[in-house]
Amino acid sequence: MCGIFGVMDKRRQMMDGSGIRQALSMMNERGSGEGAGYVAYGIYPDYRDCYALHVFFDNARESKAAVDTTLEQWGTIEHDEAIPTYDQPNLRATCTPWRYFFKPDPSLAPGSASPEKEIITNLVMQINAGANGAEIVSSGKNVGVFKAGSSRGAEGAGGAGSRPEAVADYYRIEDYEGYIWLAHNRYATTSPEKWERPDPFNLHDWSVVENGKTTTYGANRRYIESFGYNCSTSTDSEVIAYLIDLLVRRHGLDINLAVRALAPPYWEEIDRMPEAEQKLCRALRFAYGSATMNGPFTVVAANPNMMVGFTDRGKLRPMVVGECGDRLYIASEESAIRAMEPGVESIMRPAAGETVIGRVAQ
Amino acid sequence: MSSNFGSIPLRYRVSIDREQCMECGRCIDNCSYGVFRRDGDRILINSRKCTACHRCLAYCPRDAIMLEEHPCDYRSHPVWNRQVREAIYNQARTGKIILAGMGSVANLPVIFDHLMLDACQVTTPPTDPLREPVELRTYLGKKPSRLDFRRNSNGDVELSTELAPNLMVETPILLGHMSYGAISLNAQVSMARAAKETGTYMGTGEGGLHPGLYPYQDRMIVQVASGRFGVNIDYLERGAAIEVKLGQGAKPGIGGHLTGEKVSKDVSRTRMIPQGSDAISPAPHHDIYGIEDLPQLVRSIKEATGWKKPVFAKVAAVNNTAENVAAVARASVDAIAIDGFRGGTGAAPRVFRDHVGIPIEVAIASADRELRKQGLRNEVSLIACGSIRESADVVKAIALGADAVYIGTAALAAMGCRVCGNCYQGLCPWGIATQRDDLVQRLNPDVASKQVANLIHAWTMEVTELMGAAGINSIESLRGNRDRLRGFMLDEGLLNVLDVKPVGA
Repeated sequence: MCGIFGVMDKRRQMMDGSGIRQALSMMNERGSGEGAGYVAYGIYPDYRDCYALHVFFDNARESKAAVDTTLEQWGTIEHDEAIPTYDQPNLRATCTPWRYFFKPDPSLAPGSASPEKEIITNLVMQINAGANGAEIVSSGKNVGVFKAGSSRGAEGAGGAGSRPEAVADYYRIEDYEGYIWLAHNRYATTSPEKWERPDPFNLHDWSVVENGKTTTYGANRRYIESFGYNCSTSTDSEVIAYLIDLLVRRHGLDINLAVRALAPPYWEEIDRMPEAEQKLCRALRFAYGSATMNGPFTVVAANPNMMVGFTDRGKLRPMVVGECGDRLYIASEESAIRAMEPGVESIMRPAAGETVIGRVAQ
Repeated sequence: MSSNFGSIPLRYRVSIDREQCMECGRCIDNCSYGVFRRDGDRILINSRKCTACHRCLAYCPRDAIMLEEHPCDYRSHPVWNRQVREAIYNQARTGKIILAGMGSVANLPVIFDHLMLDACQVTTPPTDPLREPVELRTYLGKKPSRLDFRRNSNGDVELSTELAPNLMVETPILLGHMSYGAISLNAQVSMARAAKETGTYMGTGEGGLHPGLYPYQDRMIVQVASGRFGVNIDYLERGAAIEVKLGQGAKPGIGGHLTGEKVSKDVSRTRMIPQGSDAISPAPHHDIYGIEDLPQLVRSIKEATGWKKPVFAKVAAVNNTAENVAAVARASVDAIAIDGFRGGTGAAPRVFRDHVGIPIEVAIASADRELRKQGLRNEVSLIACGSIRESADVVKAIALGADAVYIGTAALAAMGCRVCGNCYQGLCPWGIATQRDDLVQRLNPDVASKQVANLIHAWTMEVTELMGAAGINSIESLRGNRDRLRGFMLDEGLLNVLDVKPVGA
């Protein structure tokens, strides 16, 4: 269920979106044609110092003024425009995608170690929780999420309208150039028509694509909401993005440890570890037991400096890792990697609990 | 002076099939309530003394004894029912508070029975516990809300957060507090052995720790109740953890009560009270008259035991449980047991047992929610108790927010208890809730401990299977996981308090 794909160039060499479009469409069998999405890092060099807020408006004429006002209370809108889109047969847009390039005013979040991100987090939670017809789908610097839900049902068009290629063509993904790309081909299980539901999910630095469905959504959601996050879409990936933000940004965990909190080793494995590691893993489970995710999943997440892939601790969903030159690929299927990089030099299938991290050279 | 009431109708009628009876007299020997007596070559029956403990039925070699409930009922009446009228007759006759044993018999719906568990189908596959790990290991105690790290000289990440002592249990099922006095030493030894065998813990109750339990002290949670019975430094040091009892689900707002009939010589020595005297612990601890006094007591206990043992507190489930639990969580307490209104007891005023308190399902859900709201959930573990009757209740209680459960009546039933509700009389014919030597001898700890261990094993396996069906492979992922529950025929208000969706949603 669902196909995911991630590619990263560790020397920040740019890739246009045509390769990932092709890679994702190779996994069409893993999707139901009811949604797909892409995220790319490095696509807005002209506004690299601004937070790029991608917003879906149910009706821009009705909702945009309220969002403008809220943003202006918390900082400066440097520029905003409709995200260019190109009509596709059978893909019926249910919202207007918009983008703002926004500079938050850090003086409005005193006492925070990361005041700008704190403001962005709060804006995302506030706007997405409100019944205002606006949903922020990405909010990072120099990064953007492009996704679409299904047209099934609306006009009886069937599911094929939101195949990855159609979604890519709708946003003309190949016109963007990024050094990290994530993509997701959705097999919808909930609300196919909602455009904010498919992966990727993003909260400023971090973007997440997931192939899976956790059985711990209820526990994870209650946990993350106790820290002030608001989960507005009922999807796992939204919770995962917030959990990573909590663990890494607010609690200062290194990404390796954060992943170990989300998909921890079994107690039996911990019992066999050397003492110091045992102590560390026990502490992680003690502190972050409610963040543990169960059920089948493979997650690929990225921030401007890295891409990380991990599976549930039983590895119930596939994860294939490929390397070629400076590029690291993580995908649900090898064929997808080969579609983008026929000359891939190494293919690996990491074991359950084995985290794959690729870092961009600084 | 005799009363005007004459005799009240029989609750039970015992009869013997004379064709089957071989007049062996085992019923006479076994019935500690004196229902049977021999008159020449005939066995006579006094049904009025029967408590439906079933001992005679269980030990009749010819299945010749029959027992009927309500053979002659009162005029049927929806309001003035049998319990109400009998209570009036008894109180009009005696002018006293009516005592009762075991848990509430109030005819109120059981919320657990209106909560359905979830299972995976195709969007998520179930986990197969026979082939994949499902972890039931539970750590009870204070956990850090976040972790701090430092880099050592080699550049490796090291943990700098100190972890508080926790109790490790291999199953989320613990044996709750039942004191020596309320139950027999053989019953306690049976449960202690079962706790050892199954990797869990049992509570001593407020009765002190008999030397016969010293071999199992590493599996014991010793209790400090308001009466301080049996409490001294040796007692505190022997326990693996210490529990301060602030309240009890069967009787919120009042202290404990052990009738003098059950205070035998050995009980008196262990409890440090005079033989034959009623042991009535005060309603409050007399050194806790404000919440700020509780941390002083808790820290005194920790100081006395070198800060090596987790300290628990037990509160009764009452309307402001959430507020109480949040306050207790701030009092250096490592785990909080919440005891629901159906919790068992050796003796309680009937009016309390049946009318005071709230269901554990509601109490645990609202406590979990309040602790999360206040950012305190990781500060303490929660233990749900008071009417955990089967493995499904364990899973439901954890999904509502508990870390683990205490079982009491279920463990007694595993030893043979028929839940007849007459524990306060001290005549338990099964050798459980009695101190009479001849009755105590009826309970063989070798056999009873095996039965209790079997029950814990069986429930543990069922919990594992239920978790596997829900695609969950660690107990902490079940904790507070409301999505795994759905309410069936519960009203909207209750669903909101439980934070559970209705079935089909």
